[in-house]
Amino acid sequence: MLQTKKISSVELTQTFLSRIAQHNPNINAYIALDEAKSLAQAKAADALIAAGKAEPLTGIPIAQKDIFCAEGWPTTCGSKMLANFVAPYDAHVITQFDAVGAVNLGKTNMDEFAMGSSNETSYFGGVKNPWDAERVPGGSSGGSAAAVAARLCAAATGTDTGGSIRQPASLCGFTGLKPTYGVVSRYGMIAFASSLDQAGPMAKSAEDCALMMNVMAGFDERDSTSLNRDKEDYTRDLAKPLQGLRVGLPKEFFAEGLDAGVGKVIDEAIAAYKKLGAEIVEISLPNTGLSIPVYYVLAPAEASSNLSRYDGVRYGHRTAEYTDLLDMYCKSRAEGFGAEVKRRILIGTYVLSAGYYDAYYLKAQQIRRLIAQDFVEAFKQCDVIMGPAAPSTAFKAGEKVDDPVAMYLQDIYTISTNLAGLPGMSVPAGFSNGLPVGLQIIGNYFDEARMLNVAHQYQQVTDWHLQMPQGIE
Amino acid sequence: MEWEVVIGLETHTQLKTNTKIFSGASTAFGAEPNTQACEVSIALPGVLPVLNREAVNCAIKFGLAVKAEIAPRSVFARKNYFYPDLPKGYQISQYELPVVGKGAVTIQVPAVGKHPAYEKVVNITRAHLEEDAGKSVHGAVEGMSGIDLNRAGTPLLEIVTEPDMRSAAEAVAYAKKLHELVQWIGICDGNMQEGSFRCDVNVSVRKKGSDTLGTRREIKNLNSFKFMQQAIEYETRWQIETLEDGGTIQQATVLFNPDTGETRAMRSKEEANDYRYFPDPDLLPLTISEEDKSRVKAQMPELPEAMKARFEAEFGLTSYDAATLTASRELADFFVQTVHAGAEAKPAANWVMGAVSAKLNAEEKSLADSPVGPSQLANLLKRIADNTISNNAAKQVFEALWNGEGDVDAIIAAKGLKQESDSGAIEVIIDEVLKANPAMIEEFKAGKEKAFNALVGQAMKASKGKANPAQVNEILKKKLS
Repeated sequence: MLQTKKISSVELTQTFLSRIAQHNPNINAYIALDEAKSLAQAKAADALIAAGKAEPLTGIPIAQKDIFCAEGWPTTCGSKMLANFVAPYDAHVITQFDAVGAVNLGKTNMDEFAMGSSNETSYFGGVKNPWDAERVPGGSSGGSAAAVAARLCAAATGTDTGGSIRQPASLCGFTGLKPTYGVVSRYGMIAFASSLDQAGPMAKSAEDCALMMNVMAGFDERDSTSLNRDKEDYTRDLAKPLQGLRVGLPKEFFAEGLDAGVGKVIDEAIAAYKKLGAEIVEISLPNTGLSIPVYYVLAPAEASSNLSRYDGVRYGHRTAEYTDLLDMYCKSRAEGFGAEVKRRILIGTYVLSAGYYDAYYLKAQQIRRLIAQDFVEAFKQCDVIMGPAAPSTAFKAGEKVDDPVAMYLQDIYTISTNLAGLPGMSVPAGFSNGLPVGLQIIGNYFDEARMLNVAHQYQQVTDWHLQMPQGIE
Repeated sequence: MEWEVVIGLETHTQLKTNTKIFSGASTAFGAEPNTQACEVSIALPGVLPVLNREAVNCAIKFGLAVKAEIAPRSVFARKNYFYPDLPKGYQISQYELPVVGKGAVTIQVPAVGKHPAYEKVVNITRAHLEEDAGKSVHGAVEGMSGIDLNRAGTPLLEIVTEPDMRSAAEAVAYAKKLHELVQWIGICDGNMQEGSFRCDVNVSVRKKGSDTLGTRREIKNLNSFKFMQQAIEYETRWQIETLEDGGTIQQATVLFNPDTGETRAMRSKEEANDYRYFPDPDLLPLTISEEDKSRVKAQMPELPEAMKARFEAEFGLTSYDAATLTASRELADFFVQTVHAGAEAKPAANWVMGAVSAKLNAEEKSLADSPVGPSQLANLLKRIADNTISNNAAKQVFEALWNGEGDVDAIIAAKGLKQESDSGAIEVIIDEVLKANPAMIEEFKAGKEKAFNALVGQAMKASKGKANPAQVNEILKKKLS
């Protein structure tokens, strides 16, 4: 529409900004907006379009998760610790969007330092699920999720350390992709667990995700874990028929713990794939049950170290009064971090301590390799793996806040792919009791284009991804 | 009871790279605070480290120089602790898998009193790459401490020895040797005042003959050889006295106070940090291929030991002279340049180790600042070799050269130091001396050797010191026979 000049980027941006003005006070998806900045970008984009220099995302308003540093924008990571922090530089992802003339529509709410599955750990308050205001949008990319679901942006960015793109995509009914570890640069993306964090697109459809991936993915020498590969066109395989596609169903993903309503939706989605010509293969990921304990050793270990820089010395929150250096550290961190972040720093500090390192950290690393090996074996039998993205539909706010383990189980189907470094996505597959359910598609390393094809073909024969919550239009 | 001190060293060598080990910020010393602190140095949210391969090349050079194992795969680890000058709350270092493994350094321990000089091998345990911290600045702002992060992220190679040294003299000899070596191979500027070369010394004592190690205390951050000597001597005495008084040594970190000459514990082992080391997930394991090693090897200068052997073979120098000249790259270069400028090797060695070194020491100058350069020294030595001046006169010429009074030939001419080598002229002088001293001739003929020397002296005096003494001897002998 932009390129056919039916609507200008400025008009489109203004439309979204007025929708945000109307709905955001209720939903709380955005925590930073800057109309002047967004409109200036839109104006610049319109000039590019007029000059015939437009790319697919030129002028498209994108919501940015508040985990990405964006020069001149508040960048809080959902924490009081960084409530006063304005980033002096751009994350690689932000640079990439700027380079194609996309519009930064605002920074979205999130669980504090991306630690949470309901967006309830945010210092800036919870986010409402547009499908049911009493329920959570999932997390940690909850603000981006609600913004996409409520059509408060054209698309959004998210990050996924244990499921933070896919679980909210499932709970809010849109398409979200966590790429292979190393495909999107982590430079300027505030670290939670460095070996697991990966940024990805959150959008209405697989096709939109593919266009987003074309912008976000690519080698960046400022991230040593960024993979130096040729640039890909993620839309290239969208139209391929699925005849002969081998779909692996891990028996462990359909066992105890899966909500019956969710299970039914997934079964129907599998049936739809059969109709599209897919073959179903039963597979096993025997170590998948260990992924949550392994994750809750490794992710906190890395986080405890990554979050040490927030000490009140150079930037961020510093306590008002203190007697000495130690007092300043203790009070600043006690005041600046929320309960979940503190819990994980404590766990991480514990598992790395002398005398415990071998039993926890080292053991977890060994099991991590076993989990990755499970997938290597599985992909000998199938092309993609399918299952639920989350064990249930969106739960009510406050329901799991006091039960961390129940909250951690939200990521039971997503965490193993982060541990293995594999790409995974969630695709809208239907509803259970009026709430969206996401089908998870896991691919082999660097198989994002195929996964997007698999999702796109499904979206050609279903309209789950086009459904909108009531009351937003 | 006889006690033995056991010493091991950990040396932080600041590597001579243009930029920091994990970012593109400059490493130049002395800039205004925080002007060389990029977003990585400040540890802003979201920044990531990228390894500077130049620092790795420095580590490879060191590994090659001490004939060490160079790890094909080593791992960067995070050392976690809180300190205001440590922006990330962890230091990126290497822990279980360092880049350089076991190696060795041969040291020359100088003679002390009746004990002659000797050689000793000190074994290197490991050397690993790490980043330096920033600095706390006190007093810049009233009532507050400031932090300067210019140094944060400067590359260091920490070089660790086995507990192989048995005296302060050995420890200092090792430290000096290492100090020379890292400058020799060009990986460190060696500037101890600016903190480019800092030593931590582990000291323990035990009864002589015992093969178990005593409890050690670590003297931190010594930045002069003099202080190192004093600190080890004090610490050794303190430990022996403590044990002889029935006390025990607690493992501790101590600081040396140059004003009092004493060491004092800053923290005990109980208070020591648990650094919670783990592999840094932001960095891939460091891999070094055979090609990397050969490429670096090709850029390496000739090492001191090879050069010493060459000096013995090529120039016929004694082992001692060759070792002295190769004790520093500057000295060796100065010597080689003097020879290349036309001087004979042996006198060149003698003058470089003798007059030149003595003058520099007296004036506390380095070779680079020597007013007499290799070509001037070579010109001077050529004038001795071609009999233009005597050795004695050469000393006067050297003094004048040092004081900037012109070039060699001009000084010889100006001071009238050219020696008389015309045998005819010398014969005339000798004839006069003989005529004036018949009594001495009689004494000589009666067998008194002294009389001959007296006649030489008279002849030299008559020539005002300019006659070539060898010629005087020769002609006089002929005349008296």
